[in-house]
Amino acid sequence: MLKVLRVEKPMGDRERGSDQQMMQSLIKAIAESGDRDAFEALFARFGPRIKGMMISSGATDDMAEDLVQDVMMTIWRKAALYSPERGNVSTWIFTIARNARIDRLRRQPTQPYVDVDTITLECDAPTAETQVIGSQSDARVREAVELLPDEQKAVIELAFLRFKPQSTIAKELNVPIGTVKSRMRLAYQKLKEHLEELR
Amino acid sequence: MSIHHHLDAATLMRYASGDLDTAFTVVVASHLAMCDACRESVRVAEAMGGQCLDDAPAPMLSDGAFARLSHAIDAGVTRDTPVVPRAREIGSQHASDVPLPLRPFVGDTFDDVSWRMIVPGVHRHRIELADTQSSLYMLKIGEGRKMPEHGHGGPEMTLVMRGSYSDTLGHYGAGDVADLDEHVEHQPIVNSSEPCICLVATEEPTQFKGIVSRLMQPFVGI
Ligand SMILES: [Zn+2]
Repeated sequence: MLKVLRVEKPMGDRERGSDQQMMQSLIKAIAESGDRDAFEALFARFGPRIKGMMISSGATDDMAEDLVQDVMMTIWRKAALYSPERGNVSTWIFTIARNARIDRLRRQPTQPYVDVDTITLECDAPTAETQVIGSQSDARVREAVELLPDEQKAVIELAFLRFKPQSTIAKELNVPIGTVKSRMRLAYQKLKEHLEELR
Repeated sequence: MSIHHHLDAATLMRYASGDLDTAFTVVVASHLAMCDACRESVRVAEAMGGQCLDDAPAPMLSDGAFARLSHAIDAGVTRDTPVVPRAREIGSQHASDVPLPLRPFVGDTFDDVSWRMIVPGVHRHRIELADTQSSLYMLKIGEGRKMPEHGHGGPEMTLVMRGSYSDTLGHYGAGDVADLDEHVEHQPIVNSSEPCICLVATEEPTQFKGIVSRLMQPFVGI
């Protein structure tokens, strides 16, 4: 499992860009030739993190493992639909994990999300802006999130890592829902501005 | 399509993190289907999630987790093929102006919807959803008519899909969304020559009885 060790080696910020490029080439190999080694390398990188995310959001160990299987299987099936111009690999896998979790918890399927993805793929020619948001921007996203004040970071982590509903975030942080919303808006605004500076 | 009223950033973030309930998800997705700008914005919001996934704790997986997956693949899995982007069909908008995310619920055309008249000039179609605390319905309102008051002070979201209306907040045409945190007292009046068709989500189950009585009020004086 040398391959895995290479993937899991701790990285500095400088290496993250090439890390994303490597993830993209793994997805490409899965899409084009069903490369099982590439899939295993991707699994080694993301499987544990997907599990960690699910457990952080309250899933049992068994359920988290099941969701890892679901998410990885979706990645295998949809690898050809991944488009680097529209976001980095981690973001794409996040959306798959989010959808898998919703599908597990709700009776109503995530068809609206799937439909929006379909429209994106069919209609949106990648623009200068999407390119920016895409692969090159990985380090910028990290920078922007790290620059956020702690109170905004906390809201982001509760919403996107632990999948807490807005009302629960308000309770946990002991602030009104309006405050949660304004922190969300500020965090979003900062990330957007940070990415736009590149244009 | 020129869209002037977009989704609130807090709504984009809730959609991106999967926190909106089904009724609001359908309205947001329907706006996204019509709005290039908000589709871009959602990608920015989702990048937050990508960042959180990268930084997530990485507990050990159970033994044989990859083998399980590998066996499932060996058993046969259908894989998607790349989607070829197609040129935007200009002019075909009206032929199918039901946004894609709404089609599973109402079909491909507004004409086949089982509209129910509430009062003359105002029709409603309620969309039944599993596990939602909220209400989702469509309204079809004729020229010069007022939109019925709806909601009970909670958040509400209205997407115009055909025609237009105006109120104190501005002019709302096809694609525009009124993403209101709190219910605002407003008197939207339809000002298009064709009926205005809207998709509405409200946070609490709407008491249509109340709507009908309030709707009837303007007619009493006629
Ligand atoms: Zn928009």
